[in-house]
Amino acid sequence: MPERRARAGRSRLDGKLDRIREAEEAGLLEHARGSRALRKMLGNRLSLLGLAVFSAIVLSALLAPWICRYDPQKIDLRSVLRPPSAAHLFGTDKLGRDIFSRVLHGGRISILVGLGSALGAAAIGILLGSYGGYKGGPADRAFLRLSEVFMAFPQIILVLLLVSIVGQSVSNLVLIFVATGWGSIYRMTRARMLSIREEEYVQALRAFGLPDLLICYKHMLPNALGPIMVNITLSTAMFILQEAALSFLGLGVPLEIATWGNILNAANDINVLARYWWIWLPVGSVISLFVLSVNFIGDGLRDSADPSQLG
Amino acid sequence: MAAEAPLVSIRGLELGYPVRSGLFKRVVGSVRAVAGVDLDIRRGETLGLVGESGCGKTSLGKAMLQLERPTGGEVLLDCGGARRDLCRMRQGELREARRRMQIVFQDPYSSLNPAFTIYGSLEDAMRRYGLATRAERRRRLGELLEAVNMRPEHMDRYPSEFSGGQRQRIGIARALSADPELVVCDEAVSALDVSIRAQVLNLLLKLKAERGLTYLFISHDLSVVEYVSDRIAVMYLGRIVELAGTEELYSNPLHPYTRALLSAIPIADPDRARRRIVLEGDVPSPVDPPPGCPFHPRCPDRVEECSRVPPALRTHMIKGEAHAAACHLAKE
Repeated sequence: MPERRARAGRSRLDGKLDRIREAEEAGLLEHARGSRALRKMLGNRLSLLGLAVFSAIVLSALLAPWICRYDPQKIDLRSVLRPPSAAHLFGTDKLGRDIFSRVLHGGRISILVGLGSALGAAAIGILLGSYGGYKGGPADRAFLRLSEVFMAFPQIILVLLLVSIVGQSVSNLVLIFVATGWGSIYRMTRARMLSIREEEYVQALRAFGLPDLLICYKHMLPNALGPIMVNITLSTAMFILQEAALSFLGLGVPLEIATWGNILNAANDINVLARYWWIWLPVGSVISLFVLSVNFIGDGLRDSADPSQLG
Repeated sequence: MAAEAPLVSIRGLELGYPVRSGLFKRVVGSVRAVAGVDLDIRRGETLGLVGESGCGKTSLGKAMLQLERPTGGEVLLDCGGARRDLCRMRQGELREARRRMQIVFQDPYSSLNPAFTIYGSLEDAMRRYGLATRAERRRRLGELLEAVNMRPEHMDRYPSEFSGGQRQRIGIARALSADPELVVCDEAVSALDVSIRAQVLNLLLKLKAERGLTYLFISHDLSVVEYVSDRIAVMYLGRIVELAGTEELYSNPLHPYTRALLSAIPIADPDRARRRIVLEGDVPSPVDPPPGCPFHPRCPDRVEECSRVPPALRTHMIKGEAHAAACHLAKE
């Protein structure tokens, strides 16, 4: 049986090559079409899971008025501090308000503040940072110093100051977060562009005499996006938690409006913490789940935006 | 040949980088990467540019292409009879001149944009050079890829899917996409494996013959430069120290630095005796170049005059050919 002996002398790699050849002959190794980034994103299970949880939370927050049976502001003093039941899924708080309804409605504000601030800060940071990193010049130096001032100044004082000037509301909160948050993304984008600027393909584009804006935003920016994506997701989470902290101090969203932060702050006494777990555990879990799902999505986006990974 | 005007004339070209120091980053001096270079590149020739690392070869190439704006001197480009100084051009005019001069880079791994397919990264440049429709651009890029021995369907792949040699050939195709007259090959084969190197060199020579290109071939590899060049310029510390036809330079080097360089080429013949000239010391810092001849601290033949008077690049006629050297001791 010479054939069998030949087979025995073959290594594992030969088998692997055979399988590749078979696949090739069957036409399975056709060069993949479509968006490479999308393909990679869909291939990442963890980020798909994140996307599912994220969409579930966002959708239920958006559809809150149709899902909930109770008005989140309606006070019912006959049923205060009830544990979770069929009537009140997450129970009720000290004023008898339905917590499930408050969590869903609160999500609308919290997600708007978190995501809105992160995207707003990113838009400004990326826009200024990429061109500043690529071209430099006095404007870039001025923005750099400005961002340093914003980052070095105690944020709470800045917020106090701005709140007292522009007043307390959701949109002002977003405005303040954008104003204090753009610096870190600006610096990160700028640093990435500084290193990409030295790559030879950028020189080649300049040798073609292409306009700076095209080189900067179309050809260089995609290579800088990976870590920026992660930064955006992290700052979304950070802004949601900051909103909670500021609301607690009475500086954020007015207390009567339900937000995740405002709900959580009902748990600011040890009595509630020890005896009425349903006041803080569900909303805390929702915040954690949301932040976690956003981070998973960020990881997936980073990997799919990283051109040095094959796919 | 001599009667025809050169394609590019470089006159007194300087490229300096400011040296800053102190609290307020005051400019305290400058590194003269290119320190007054005169050079003519004739139409249709391959001019080799050699020298050790840090001598300003690449800076000269980039200053000539205006990728770094020179701090002095002029680069005269022959624009259909009229000679225009690139250093005095405004951005808009320069954009038009740029298509006539292109560059092939050293590092095949940083010279292609990893975020785009080959077509994606070349699309904008080709649109700029008048290929309005997508079909036209794809056809043209397909032809270019075939010209560098690759398949047209490679244009839809990403750089990560190619080997170093393939990437370098794509880099050549990119330089040709603007249909240039002059191509600067900046260490174009230095990063490649020896077996691939010959293949890419021959490709460069073939393309030159087919398209009537002119090359400025920058390299530190003397055997490669000898193989491709018609004339060779030797650079030391930002200056040209010797310029001659390839055969003349290799058989009769006038400058002691060139002699030292040539003696360092390995010869595949153990029986052949030869004198190795080993230079002492390092290349002096370009921030603080020595007075007189920049080479004199390391020169085995130096005389008293060398440390005082900087030698000019003088042209000697040897066997009817021009041979220029910047050395007090150079004789015909």
